[in-house]
Amino acid sequence: MAVKAISKYEFAPADSVDKFHGAQLLYVCWDDHLMFCSPLAYCLPPNTPFRDLCEKILPKSYGYHPDWAQVDMSKATWLKSGQPFAVDMDKTLGELGLKHKDVLRFKTPGLNGLNGSGF
Amino acid sequence: MSKVFIALQTNEDSRPIVEAILADNPLAEADYQPAMVKVSAEDTLVIKRETIEELIGRDYDLQEIQVNMITMSGYLDEDEDEFRLSWKN
Amino acid sequence: MDMQVKKKKLGLKEKYAHMTRGLDWQPSYQTKEAVFPYATYEGIKVHDWDKWEDPFRLTMDAYWKYQAEKERKLYAVLDAFAQNNGHLGLTDARYLNAVKLFLTGISPLEYMAHRGFATAGRNFPGVGPRVACLMQAVDEIRHSQTQIHAISNYNKYYNGFHDFKHMLERVWYLSVPKSFFDDAFSAGPFEWMVAIGFSFEYVLTNLLFVPFMSGAAYNGDMATVTFGFSAQSDEARHMTLGLECIKFMLEQDPDNVPIVQKWIDKWAWRGVRVLSLVSMMMDYMLPKRVMSWKEAWEIYFEQNGGALFNDLARYGIKMPECLSRASIDKEHASHQTWSILYQYGGAAAFHTFMPSDEEMDWLSAKYPNTFDKYYRERFTYWREQEQKGNRFYNNTLPMLCQVCQVPMAVTEPDNMLQISYRESDYKGEKYHTCSDGCKQIFDDEPEKYIQAWLPVHQIYMGNCFPEGTDPTVEGFDPLAKVLEWYHLVPGKDNMDYNGSEDQKNFNAWRGLATKND
Repeated sequence: MAVKAISKYEFAPADSVDKFHGAQLLYVCWDDHLMFCSPLAYCLPPNTPFRDLCEKILPKSYGYHPDWAQVDMSKATWLKSGQPFAVDMDKTLGELGLKHKDVLRFKTPGLNGLNGSGF
Repeated sequence: MSKVFIALQTNEDSRPIVEAILADNPLAEADYQPAMVKVSAEDTLVIKRETIEELIGRDYDLQEIQVNMITMSGYLDEDEDEFRLSWKN
Repeated sequence: MDMQVKKKKLGLKEKYAHMTRGLDWQPSYQTKEAVFPYATYEGIKVHDWDKWEDPFRLTMDAYWKYQAEKERKLYAVLDAFAQNNGHLGLTDARYLNAVKLFLTGISPLEYMAHRGFATAGRNFPGVGPRVACLMQAVDEIRHSQTQIHAISNYNKYYNGFHDFKHMLERVWYLSVPKSFFDDAFSAGPFEWMVAIGFSFEYVLTNLLFVPFMSGAAYNGDMATVTFGFSAQSDEARHMTLGLECIKFMLEQDPDNVPIVQKWIDKWAWRGVRVLSLVSMMMDYMLPKRVMSWKEAWEIYFEQNGGALFNDLARYGIKMPECLSRASIDKEHASHQTWSILYQYGGAAAFHTFMPSDEEMDWLSAKYPNTFDKYYRERFTYWREQEQKGNRFYNNTLPMLCQVCQVPMAVTEPDNMLQISYRESDYKGEKYHTCSDGCKQIFDDEPEKYIQAWLPVHQIYMGNCFPEGTDPTVEGFDPLAKVLEWYHLVPGKDNMDYNGSEDQKNFNAWRGLATKND
């Protein structure tokens, strides 16, 4: 529905991709690890290899969690906007079709938080 | 049936008001919490000027309640003699 | 013989009628529509403005008299507090972090409320609401001023109180309350009245002011409890105005009902999301607790709000659907929100800390269904890690909800281990929200919410560094620069309470106050 207004009400989105200096936003959540209260926001160039995300970027964010040491990212399963998503470590975010503000979730089989608590 | 209430700061100004409310509304209950007292009753609560005046021994303007009131619930109807809180159904 | 004849005074109702009616004039060289350009575009139909009546029947003369009395009382207490080292009477300086959040997150909103009611008063063609809005506008600026004055006492001794106005427009979690008021202020005068006058004042401020201020009293904070109750004495009048406004709109024309319902739905949920900050203030930031957030929710929302909606049912108004969701969240809101602030405590404007064992026992008694099941283990783990020198700070920015702007930490109502994701597409762009309530608000007015100033996105765009910052230099530390831009000194104004300057000073000063050396 349109906003009720006294004149034309049209604005450019505040967060369009052109404002991020060549990078784009990507949200990532490690499911079953609520120690991290919400999905994380990254600002990455589309030519970032997916491998770099998994091997360089995520470890910095999630390394604090005791589960992380045992994570094998090649076994992680991924969802994009809630739907199964096939990843390829050798492709870039752009090549995988990831767009600005896409949201990814991954599960690490067998690793479900401290004592399996989801935390 | 729904509850109406009024909460007042606990001080010497509101002590006789609470006393008057409890005298005029036999079903009202006072709940004392830190620094405040909340008086609630089913459906209706009436504060009467005359009762307060008898307790404090001077003329009283019901609008003085404003100084010590914290919150209330229900529709208000106020005139010189009564401050009435109620729900309509 | 002199006879003292008591001059017959006007009755309250007559006096109100004389002082709030017939004050207007008819414009002659401008149309009424040009003088009141915002009166009709929202779709609210008004046939008779004189049907508006303030049940307090408060007139300006009485207003000044009673407000002056409130001010005299308040400032006497503030003087006594300052003269007698009142800050050393606190239960514990941890408590002050709640006051810091209040000063940065709430006091500036009182000022926004002042502007909003002044604007609404200007835009209503009826005299009754104009007088009521005028009084409320004056009340709100008084609240803002008295809060700043009262809390400034703490700024002499403790960190984090130094720059609330600067922080409001910058610090990430303060965008939550700020965007709430910006949203309301940028709506028309009728929506403003439903948003602030009704949903916020009538349905929700009780949850903020009443148990929290009682909590301030319980924790020895005479300054806060006094400004709090002084403000709240005005709130009772504001609530009455909010309720009167709703009733007036509903009675004026049946076409108003669906519009009002939509606003009530929207603003009830917006309010619930803002109050998640208050939930953690009550359950985690008060060393001595009066009642839990859940209890406050039950008394002031479920019972009191329930009575209200029962009553409004005769107009065809229904309890907002999203609130059944809020009744599930009441068991989780404070724990989840405190988890957010704890882990992002390196970028907050106050100290965070984990509860003690005794406090956890209190939480588990108050939250028998959820605290031990979900949260005790988490908080115990974090506390152990802190004691080992491995205090948890999340080092990556969180994803935020496009509408409420709180990090996306809300879980699904039927699965408290699953974060809830809601997504909308608008003009080729994706937008994420944390709940059905926020998604519905977005989908209803996407054009409004695509303009949201989301702190995380703004940081990534490079808009949150001090002027002249070059983010491309070797070893650039974005968090350090963001904190500099916030005017916060890491470790001094934030991070854990344990080991903080506030903790050391409070303990040392209290020691001096109770002993001769």
